[in-house]
Formats: sequence, C-alpha cells, structure tokens
Amino acid sequence: MHPVLKLVVQRLALGLILLLACSAVIFLGVEALPGDTAQAILGQSATPQALANLREKMGLDQPPLTRYFQWLGGVLTGDLGTALTNGADIATSIGQRLGNTLFLAACAAAISVPLAIILGLIAARHAGKWQDKLISGITLTTISLPEFVAGYFVIFLLTQDNWLTQGIGWLTGGSGRLLPVAMVFPGMGFWERVNAIILPVIVLVLVVLAHMMRMTRAAILNVMQSAYIETAELKGLSPMTVIWRHAFPNAIAPVVSVVMLNLAYLVVGVVVVEVVFGYNALGQYLVDHVTKRDLPVVQAVGLIFAAVYIGLNMLADVIGILANPRLRHPK
Amino acid sequence: MNDKHNQLDWLISRVRKGAMSRREFLGRSTALGVSAGLAGALFGKVALAQEAKKGGTIKVGMQGGESTNSLDPALAASEVPFQVNMTWGEMLVDVHPDGTIDYRIAEEISSSPDAMEWKFKIRKGVEYHDGSTVTAEDVVATLKRHTDEKSQSGALGIVQGIADMKAEGDMVTLKLSSASADLPYLMADYHLIIQPGGGVDAPAAGIGAGPYKVVVNEPGVRHTFQKHANYFDSSIGHADEVEILVINDNTARTAALQSGQVHMINRVDPKIVELLKGVPGVSIKAVAGRGHYVFIMHCDKAPFDNNDMRMALKYAINRQEMVDKILGGLGSRGNDFPINAAYPLFDDTIEQRDYDAAKAKEYYDKAGHDGSPIILRTAPGAFPGAVDAANLFAASANAAGIPLQVKLEPDDGYWSNVWNVEPFCASYWGGRPVQDQMYSTAYLSTADWNDTKFKNAKFDELLLAARGELDAEKRKGEYSEMAHILRDEGGLILPMFNDFVSGVSDTIGGWVDDPNGELMNGRSQVKCWLA
Repeated sequence: MHPVLKLVVQRLALGLILLLACSAVIFLGVEALPGDTAQAILGQSATPQALANLREKMGLDQPPLTRYFQWLGGVLTGDLGTALTNGADIATSIGQRLGNTLFLAACAAAISVPLAIILGLIAARHAGKWQDKLISGITLTTISLPEFVAGYFVIFLLTQDNWLTQGIGWLTGGSGRLLPVAMVFPGMGFWERVNAIILPVIVLVLVVLAHMMRMTRAAILNVMQSAYIETAELKGLSPMTVIWRHAFPNAIAPVVSVVMLNLAYLVVGVVVVEVVFGYNALGQYLVDHVTKRDLPVVQAVGLIFAAVYIGLNMLADVIGILANPRLRHPK
Repeated sequence: MNDKHNQLDWLISRVRKGAMSRREFLGRSTALGVSAGLAGALFGKVALAQEAKKGGTIKVGMQGGESTNSLDPALAASEVPFQVNMTWGEMLVDVHPDGTIDYRIAEEISSSPDAMEWKFKIRKGVEYHDGSTVTAEDVVATLKRHTDEKSQSGALGIVQGIADMKAEGDMVTLKLSSASADLPYLMADYHLIIQPGGGVDAPAAGIGAGPYKVVVNEPGVRHTFQKHANYFDSSIGHADEVEILVINDNTARTAALQSGQVHMINRVDPKIVELLKGVPGVSIKAVAGRGHYVFIMHCDKAPFDNNDMRMALKYAINRQEMVDKILGGLGSRGNDFPINAAYPLFDDTIEQRDYDAAKAKEYYDKAGHDGSPIILRTAPGAFPGAVDAANLFAASANAAGIPLQVKLEPDDGYWSNVWNVEPFCASYWGGRPVQDQMYSTAYLSTADWNDTKFKNAKFDELLLAARGELDAEKRKGEYSEMAHILRDEGGLILPMFNDFVSGVSDTIGGWVDDPNGELMNGRSQVKCWLA
C-alpha cells in the first residue's frame, strides 16, 4: 500500500473511533442536563400525572444504557428517529437545516478564504510597512467585535434609512436597504438565497478574516527566513513571485489547518449570527431542542457537528501531508 | 387655529385608514381642545366609514416560536403556535375585545337555570379546509380528545369538569359535574379548536374551519397561509395571504418592522418604545391586559408559612418603581390578587397596596424571623426584566430592614428545578378570560398549578359558590371577598400587570386594542387589512 494511502486510511479509522467516543460523551452530557424532556415540554404547566404520561409515551422510563444503544443502532442504519417534542422526522428536518448551514458557511468561506490569503500575502510582502499595519489593524478590529455587535452594526448601517443606504440606493437605483431578517425557504432561487444572506455573510467574513490572514502572514514570514528564499531574491525574482512561487507552497500546511478550523467554526459555531438574523439553520434548531430537552435531536445534531469538526481537521492533516514533499516521499 | 384644524384632519384620516384606535383618537383630539363627547361622536362617525381593503399579504414578525412547535392545538403553549392556530382554527366561541362572547362555530348558547347543563347550537354550513362540514359530532369528539390525559392538552383542566357530552342534530349538550356560569368563556380557550373528527386521527394536520389554510408549516421559522375561500364570516380575513415569521431576536424583529419586511411585531422591548415612537411609518400599541409578573411564596414552607412574613414582604415591594423601571411605564400596579379592571366583575374599590417600609418592618418584627437571609430566586427568563425586578425588590426590602437576598438561577431548567420547587421565586401568568378560571387554575386548594401552595377553605367555598351564581351582583361580591382573602393571606406578591406592547406599520388598517391577548388576541392578521 502506498504510504500516503495508508496514512489516510489510518486517519479515517482514527476519526471514526473519535466519533464513537464523541457520541458517548454527547449522550452523557445530555443525560447530565438538569430536568428531563417531559418536564421541559410541560414547563410551567407540569402536573405529576401529565409528567408520568409523557415520560411513558417517550420511553424515558427505560434505563440510559438501553436508550444509548438503541439510538446508536438507529444512527448506523440511517434512522435518527423522531423529535420527542413535535414528532417530526429528525433526518428530514436536519437535512434542510444542514443544507442552509452549509450554504451560509460556503458563501462566507468563498469570500473570506481567498480574501484572507491575499491580504496575508500582501501583509507579508510589506511586513512592517503601512500596508501591513492597515490590514492587521482593520482585521484585528473586526475580530475583536463580538458577533452580535457586528451583526447589529450591519443591521443599523445597511437596513435603516441613513446616508449609507441612500448612497447605495443612488448608485444602484433601488432603495439601497437590505432586509434584516435572512430567512431562506425551499423554492427560492440561488440568487434569491444569496441576496437574503448578504448580511450574515458580511458578519461572518469580518469575524473569521483576521485569524486566517494573520496565520498566512506569519507562516510566510517564517519561511522567508530560509536560505532558499534568499537565493531566489538574489536570482532577481520579484518579491511577489518569491512569495507566491517559493514561500507560499511551503507555508500551506499551517494555513490550511487554520482555514479548516475556521470552516468548522462557520458550520458549527454561528448560532449567535443565526439568531441575530433569524436565519433558519442548524444552530438555532439545536438550541431550541436543548431547551426542550429533546434528546434524540440534540444527540443527532451534536453528532453531525462532531463529524464536521473531525472531518475537516482530518482533511487539513491530509492536505498538509500531500503539500509536504518530505511527508509525501518518506525514506 | 388653522394648525389645529390640520391636525384634527390628520387624526381623522388616520382613523379612516383604521390606523388609530378610539382611545388614541380621544386622547389626541381632546389634547387639541375638542370636547371628549364631541371627539367620541366624531370617532364613531369616522370609524364607521372606514372600509376594509381586500387582498395582499399581511406579514407578522413574532417572538415566541421554536422549531419544536406543533400544529396540534392541544400542545400550544407559546405565542407563535397560539397566533398560528388562531389563523387556521376556529373555536365554538371567541371573546370580543369588550369582553362579550363572539359567536363563531356556535351561533347560540343557552343554559339551564342552575348552570349545570349547557346547549350550543352549531352554525350551519361551516366548512373545513378539506371541504367537509363542521358537525356537532366533531365538536363532541374535539372536547373528548382534550379530556383524554394522553392528549396532554393544555385545556385538560377546563374540559375535566364536563361530566357528559352529547351531539343531537345541530345541538351539542354539555352536562357539568358542578355548576359553572362561565362555561361559554371556558369554551373560548385557544386549545379548543374544532377539528374534523375531533382531530383524533391527525391532531397536527392543521385542518380547521378558520379563515386561512395552512400552506407552509416550518416550526420556528415561518408559517404561511392562504385565504379559505368558503370561510363563513366575510367580515374578517381580508388579506389573500398571511405570513408569520419567527424572529426571536428583539433587534432583528424591530429592524424588520422598520424596514417594512413585516407589518406587525409583538413584544416590543419597553426600553426602546420611546425611540420607536419617533420612527415614521410605525406606531406602538400598548394594550392593558390581564398578564402579570409575580413573586410567589409557598404558604406551607418556612419562613413563608407565617402570614406576618408574607405581609412584610408585600409591603416591602415598590410597585410604582417596578411599573416605571421594568415596564417602562407600560403597565399598572398590582394589588396581590391576580385580577384587574380587564376582568368582568372586578371590584375597583379594593384599596391599592403600596410600598410602606414602616409597616413592612412592623410585620417583619412581628413574624419573629431569626434574621437569616431570605432567598428570592430569579432568572432572566422568569419574565422580561425579572432579574432587575428582583434586585429592586431586594433593595426596597433591605431599606425596610428585611434581609432579602437575590439568587440568580439559569434560564435552562428554571421551570422544572426552581418554579414550584423552591419556596420563593419569580414567575409570570398570562391571565384568563374570566375570574373563575384564573382562580381555579392557580389558587384553589386542589388546583394542579397552585404554585403558592395556598389552601383556604373559605376561599374554596366562595369560588365554588360564585361559579354557579347567575346573579351578577352577588357574584361580584363573592369575587371581591375572595380578592380580599388572597390579598391579605395569600402567597402571591403581584407588583405589576404588564401591557401587551406591539409595533404596527401605518400600512395596517383595522387595529383594535384587545385586552384578551397579544396582537388582538392572536387575530390581528385575520382582522386587520393592508390600507
């Protein structure tokens, strides 16, 4: 077997074991939450009789271990069960929400990743000069804003009647004001969806930009200390060519791992942004079900999030290996 | 003078569009020097002339929806499911804003003189969305389903008192196990939506006899509806389509109203009401209702098992400060019993209790408490502003020498671990259409939700007597006596009644202030139109 293939298979197997461990931890964590589903559903209106009825109906009277293995068996056969709270099929509900989550993450990534890398390259090229300071200053400012503050800022700037939206309206010939609530529905066209999520995409780009940009800059500056870069410079190559052709390929591994971390964040960590813009994706769905102690849903979404996280990190590892000739051709 | 004329013209044009309520018109026109009598007459004349416009899509942005919601009316517990069910569903009766019965599927109601047997005549030719006709059997099947413990219905406590129900032709007869003069009001409970076959086979199908059909049902996201062409009542249901968007975030909801993405929003944050008033194209509707915020003590646990201690705490809370600071002035002071002027048969002569540090101290000393801290538990989700309110309470109590201490609890698990468990905590009630229902739900000794553990034989006796009393004056007297008992002996500290505060776009016509519930008791999207 080719050593790279072997390495990849190894990583995959490790990932699966990790996922199984995650499922157990998720189950334990959910069990440890105070109160149970029946109580959370009935809330202020709980009576002992209603509680007992509901528990029996939901199978909450079974021991936890039995419920864990029943659930795991279901997951392996693609059956996530039905939500305890409203009886909806979990796989169907998650399918649509997951699509929305991935769409938002993909749009934010499509803008932020190239932008961060280009800005990182420019900052490295002009390290220590005003360009570098300007880029670092702006991106560090945006990352320092909590997401909801950034969200309210964009809502204020782009959805209300003010000089900015009037200016945009004058340029584009429309009202220039965007809609604050970014809901997407089945049946909406692709561009309609893109139009609906402009605001959350802007916020997410602002939030993830700095991390990736700083890592690109640091990794390249690190490589720039090497002797072969000096050789390239002495050969008379232009600074941008040196960075792009010689320094960047050797800086890919750390950049990719940071990019993947940010992608994972875009998928699993944006619940605050979802709430601020009323975007109907997986994070809000998870929070709703946590508060109602809807264990099957919480477990299913938790598992999906864990899988995304583990998967993206694995991908970063593999790309890192492939990008590194020394790892690609081990002696 | 001329300027005043212009302003009056403007006010009249607003009324014509249906964008101004009677109360608002009277207030603003009398401020211009028009006499109250003339203003009232003027309003009546103009308001009659306003005509509902048909067509368009009314969009409502709401807080209080979760992705866990269901269309099963039995399970409705938060604001969005309530509003959604009021769009597609129809009950036997509803309650008019003035407190009288609004006959819906039932067109006539009569009772035996002892209020033990009630007859509901079912309106002919009312059609469900699937084309079938509403029958007396459906009504009985619906009520039966809610009686079944397995349905987990929020109306279980209401229908439990029905001993026997029978459908004959177009007549439904209900025999009660004990007399109730308020039965028609109980049938207006929002869970009791009439469903085909009682909704036994498909409780969450969303098929009803209401003005709109369900098109899209995405819980926690949005609900869309289309006009039910054969709806029996042409006086409501003006828009072609209705959309309810779930926008739980306050800022996003407000921004959606301001930018015109929605026409109406519920739960406007009292803190921003003043700011929103200055925004063109939007008006704020603060409607006095029956909902109230409370601090509840368990009458059976120390130190609250001592009535002197309870009285000390009742005198140690500054009600006006709560109304001003927690509700932004949009509410009224409570008097430690859960009834206010929005209820029929309310006795407005009961003396208002206010902050009195000296009296509080006196009662506290009489209680002989050992001086250890008295713990009040609260959480941000107990009611909006519950943490601030608890801190204000502690400050005013400390000033009276009572060692009240606030303990902050997490929202998560509050209703299962703190409320009804801990002896002293913050909570809220939404109110009920009639006094009997409010008292039976939470203050009768045997009530399931007796969250103050209040047990008083005299009180129970009066409640049962008033329930079967058809003489309004006698009944009012009984309710007044009960209010006194609860106020002076109960475990309820009720500092404030909160208004329903909604934001409505000027493009909406037909708004009427309705004390029965938020957004015109769940019917704003059905009763209003796009002007």
